[in-house]
Order: sequence, then C-alpha cells, then structure tokens
Amino acid sequence: MDGDDRVLHERSPGVEHQESRADFLSYSAGLVLAVALTIVSFVVAKTNLIWGPGIPVGLVVLAFAQIGVHLVFFLHMGTGTDNTNNILALAFGLLIVFLVITGSTWIMYHLNTNMMAMPPH
Amino acid sequence: MTVVTSADQADAQELMVALGGAGPAPTRTVVAYGFWIFLLSDIIMFSGLFAAYAVLSEHTANGPSGRELFDLHNVFIETACLLLSSYTCGLAALSAEHRHPGRFYVFEALTFILGGAFLFIEISEFAGMVAQGAGPSRSAFLSAFFTLVGMHGAHVTSGLLWLLYMIAQVAVKGLRPHVLRRLLCFSLFWHALDIIWVGVFTMVYLMGAG
Repeated sequence: MDGDDRVLHERSPGVEHQESRADFLSYSAGLVLAVALTIVSFVVAKTNLIWGPGIPVGLVVLAFAQIGVHLVFFLHMGTGTDNTNNILALAFGLLIVFLVITGSTWIMYHLNTNMMAMPPH
Repeated sequence: MTVVTSADQADAQELMVALGGAGPAPTRTVVAYGFWIFLLSDIIMFSGLFAAYAVLSEHTANGPSGRELFDLHNVFIETACLLLSSYTCGLAALSAEHRHPGRFYVFEALTFILGGAFLFIEISEFAGMVAQGAGPSRSAFLSAFFTLVGMHGAHVTSGLLWLLYMIAQVAVKGLRPHVLRRLLCFSLFWHALDIIWVGVFTMVYLMGAG
C-alpha cells in the first residue's frame, strides 16, 4: 500500500480531475458515434432505398469514418505537439496499407482478365 | 497555484519544442510510440490478408458464397460486443490512471466477458460452417475468409490472455508506473483490434452478404 500512496501523490490532484472528465467524455462520445456509424452501416447494407452499386461505396465511407472515430476518441490521435510522431507513423502505415490493397487488387484483376481460358478438367 | 504552474510548464515545454531542444521524451511517450509502430506493422500484415480476401472472394469453386453463409444478426452482436469491450477497456485504463483499482477490476472483467462473448460467437460460427461442409479447404474464398477472420480471432484470443496477465500484474504489483505503461500498451492493442474488426465486418460480412 505504501508504494501505491507514493505514486498517488506524483500527480497534481486539481488537474487530474479535469483530465478525468474530459477523457470519460471522449470515450463516451466515441462510443456513441461508433454505435451510430455501425447501425447505419448495417442498415445501408440491407437497404433498397439507394442505388445498389452505390452501397459498397457508402459502406467504405462509413468504415473510414468509424476508423477515424476510433483513432481520435479511443486512441487519442489528436493534434497535440507530442502527437506529431504518432500521426506521421500512422500516415506512413496508411500509405503502405493503401499500396498493398489497391496494388494487389489492381494487378490481380488485370492478370485475371488477361489470362487464357483454362481447359476444363 | 497548481494550474498556473502547469500552464507555465506547458509554455516552457512548447518553447523548447519550438527551439528543437525538448530533451528526451518521457518513458511513457516512448513506450506508446514503440508499441504504436508495432500495431501499424500488425495492421500492414492484416492489409495483406485483406488484399488476399479481396482477390479471392469471388472464387467460390461452385461452393457456398458469403450470401448463403453469413448471418448478419450474429455479426451485429459480435460487433456490439467488441465495440462495448473497447469502451470498457478505455474506462478501465482511465480508472487505472486515476488509481481506482476497484473500478479497474470491474471494467476489465466486463472487457474480458465481452471479448469472450465475441470469441464464442465467432468460434460457433466457424464450427457451424465447417459442419455444413464450408470449411477452409472448400474454396479459395473460404480459405481467404478463414485466414483473415481467424487471424483476427487469434489476435482477440491473445488479447484476452494478455488481459488476464495484466489483471494478475495489477493484483500482485499494484498500479505502479511500469504496470501502467504495460496497461497502456494493452489498451492500444485492444482498440486496434476493434479498428481491424471495422474493416472485417464492412468488407467481409456487409459487402459479402449485401
């Protein structure tokens, strides 16, 4: 218990209280937004109200929005000065993810359409 | 008085950063940054599996397609479980930061139960598919499906084991700074799993079944 008490006094209590409220509100706002986006995604996937081929585009947009909500409200990717390195690493990661996914699907799509018909076995 | 001092410190730190002489970052920042790099590499590994799934998802070899196999009600419950567990994990991290061990245990227990429920639904879905002859060896589509979703499930499983280990550490060592840093890494890991799940349920389930 001694160790715990010592740690307790390393932070200044006045500031701590405000941070706590802000963080709790951040997580709760994130949850509300993520739940809303999830429900909209599931509704959009099954809806007949919008043009069929538009549905995947809408789903991708909703997924990106939800990933953004997770990054900002749960992982706290803000615009603070100490966050620059995290954001730069994230941007580089996203570049690689983009190259891997679009590159693979692009190349494989063209290989598929240009391939000779296989004789049936 | 306290507030004025910390504001002054923040100003001084900002000035130091502007001058390019901020000095070494606190251990917590360095640890979180290193773990963030690991998470990004993990996400890049998943992007390879996503690309494989995107390429192979149409190749069902006359076997069942996603439209016949996926039950969106289950997927919605899975999504809800994982999202709520991410929230309770965040609240647990907050309780730990503010030295409330009681609340920490309650929120981590909720996280474990919700994560376990997610895993249970996923495993029963897999077992049901294998039982009706739609196992990973049936078609290229199903191989890619089981690899991608199974890899996410394996991450959730290791996350649950890590969570038990963290609860044990807090119980034995208390909420010391180095335990708090490990908890921070665990929270980042758990939130990242939820981000990958957003990609999975959108691309695999909603686009596959819609």
